[in-house]
Amino acid sequence: MDLTESPAEQAFREELRSWMAANAPAPFDGDTHSLEYVDYLRTWQRTLAEGGWLGITWPKEYGGRGLSPVEQTIFLEEMAKAKAPPIIGGVGIGLIGPTIAMIGTEKQQERFLAKMLLGEEIWAQGFSEPNAGSDLGSLSTRAVRDGDDFIVNGQKTWTSYAHVSDWIFLLVRTDPEVHKYKGITCLLVDMKSEGVSVRPLRMMSGDAAFNEVFFLDVRVPVSNVLGEINGGWNVAITALMHERANLGGAAHVMLSQFLAGIVRAARELGVADDPLVRQKIAHAHLGLEVFHMTSSRALSKVGKGEMPGPEGSILKLFWSDLNQRMVQWAEEILGPYGQLSEGVFEPFSYNYLRSRGNSIEAGTDEVLKNTIAYRVLGLPKSY
Amino acid sequence: MEFDLSKPQKMLQDSVREFLSRHCNLERVRELMETPTAYDAELWEGLTDQGWTALTLPEEYEGLGLGAVDLVAVTEAMGSFTMPGPFVSNLWAAELIAASGNDAFAREVLPGVADGEAKVTVALLERGASWDPTVGELAFEDRGDSYGITGEKLFVSDAEVADSILVVGRLGEELAIVAVARDAAGVAVEAMPAMDATRKLYRVNFDSVSDGTLVARGDGAEEALDRATRLAIVAVCGELVGGMQWVLDTTVEYAKTREQFGRPIGSFQAVQHHCADILYFLESARSAAYYAAWAVSVDDEGAESAVSVAKAYCSDAAREVGNLGIQVHGGIGFTWEHDLHLFYKRAKSDEILFGDATFHRNRIAAMVIDGE
Repeated sequence: MDLTESPAEQAFREELRSWMAANAPAPFDGDTHSLEYVDYLRTWQRTLAEGGWLGITWPKEYGGRGLSPVEQTIFLEEMAKAKAPPIIGGVGIGLIGPTIAMIGTEKQQERFLAKMLLGEEIWAQGFSEPNAGSDLGSLSTRAVRDGDDFIVNGQKTWTSYAHVSDWIFLLVRTDPEVHKYKGITCLLVDMKSEGVSVRPLRMMSGDAAFNEVFFLDVRVPVSNVLGEINGGWNVAITALMHERANLGGAAHVMLSQFLAGIVRAARELGVADDPLVRQKIAHAHLGLEVFHMTSSRALSKVGKGEMPGPEGSILKLFWSDLNQRMVQWAEEILGPYGQLSEGVFEPFSYNYLRSRGNSIEAGTDEVLKNTIAYRVLGLPKSY
Repeated sequence: MEFDLSKPQKMLQDSVREFLSRHCNLERVRELMETPTAYDAELWEGLTDQGWTALTLPEEYEGLGLGAVDLVAVTEAMGSFTMPGPFVSNLWAAELIAASGNDAFAREVLPGVADGEAKVTVALLERGASWDPTVGELAFEDRGDSYGITGEKLFVSDAEVADSILVVGRLGEELAIVAVARDAAGVAVEAMPAMDATRKLYRVNFDSVSDGTLVARGDGAEEALDRATRLAIVAVCGELVGGMQWVLDTTVEYAKTREQFGRPIGSFQAVQHHCADILYFLESARSAAYYAAWAVSVDDEGAESAVSVAKAYCSDAAREVGNLGIQVHGGIGFTWEHDLHLFYKRAKSDEILFGDATFHRNRIAAMVIDGE
């Protein structure tokens, strides 16, 4: 056990911290649903990329830094501590870019990766469909070969950032005759193609960060197949592996900031000495500490080149449970203030509603537990 | 960054496991449960021969001088056997002496503890049953060359087999620790039968006991108690993790082999999710226990918080894991015949020992809200 940061890691953190202090933009002062906000975020992403802070784990030949997930985590932590704006191209950088770097053709890598880092092209992930959620392998968006093109018809849903995206990483069915996982192909699709349309979906929290995407006779050149034709399931697994590896990230920093807000609110409301309130705050604190410890444990494995063990697969479950409990405790402490959308305290009512999605997005609790049961514990598959 | 036991620590853990599988299997545990003290002199001799009962004691007192991470590795192995006897109580008391700053007393007592000639325990709780050492009422009497003790202590672990009892009480306005021989005149030890029969609890009555030795007083006593208790809590968290691992392994194995409706019950999602939840609690608890051990071993400024976080989390987790393990086993899991209840009861006694989750959340709240 040695949880101290190496001198190199400390130096990386220091350098980043001073860079952040000098370069992070003033908070956006306006409507975050506007196009101006999108421009603001694109500019921020370019600033980060030009500073050399994006694609930290990407290989150097694709514009990355070739560093380990430890530095990536330090980056996310410092971003969160500085309350820096989010990275609008995060899905591309975190999940699609590394996959293209691993299995794309040289041409694809040249064409896509640099623009992805700079935020010149924002990417969406076209996986879920109305009838293919947890059972992603049953997806039915069809792609039929026509000369040098595929013609795509179908619908994706819950597609985050599709309304601002330039490209989409799309899973389609290219062979309906074989077993479901064997007939899937991954296509890189230009969102400006004829026949692509986007309809925003509003979440119960009110914001419209995800969408339905419709494909009507959309032509996609065969050169935009990522990996093998009918080999898309492995491409998807590779991408999801990258997504999971990023998960611990800076969540503990954000949860700490959230908890600090709860403590401030409890003091202002004069309930910080109430034993029940104190139990809730302590419960939240110990939860986020344990979450951070398990994240560090998974990170230390990944840093040594090992696959994340059981710690990796339980992190998501832990985080969603903790976040949902924390907002519930915050609501109880705030009482009538907890229902307000703005005003005295942080917008806890937004957090309360948004957190309901935590145990659904990026793998439902139930599917994650099924996966733990048969992959980690070796129990027989139930389906 | 390295968040795992080192190779030598894993080897140490394996050797404890190997030793216990030969000398302390669950059949033997059941035999010891039925004895008045759950103490096995031969087992204890084996443990002391290996140096494991003096693992973290400084070398100047004949200990091995190892750290809290080594300790958590060892107690994790012990927890997976529900090893009976006074390991934790003796560790707590010995570390209290080592931390007391009373070098003369430490040199007199600890080498004997290290080589197995003597065992020690701590008497802290009173009628109020609080783990907060500052709320006790027992007052020592300063008699010049010795200290007098009158009063009663409850829930004293392994008092019957201890040679010396370290009594926590008040000396004027100060906290003090006074040692007294178990067989001194006026010391009466009476069993308090409890659910975990692998580790016995006692009521100890001190009736005008006259020849107590002052071990520490004031800030020194409080700091020594804090230090020793932190290490003992790390040991308990290791035990809990080891116990949870046993419950997981046993429960998953059962779910794979037990058939109902013509298929293994482990193929049903309701059962699978219980098993996944056990793993979730176990691995989260393991993270917390190892982290606390590391923080204590390097005297990290966050050690106090890390220890309370680990104790609160592991205590609740082990109880939940026991609940789930019994549920998956169904009727057989509820029987005396099945070994699950040994671990279930140990989890409960470990949950209570040194304060449960509510107690430690109170401490965490003081650190987080009041900055104490």
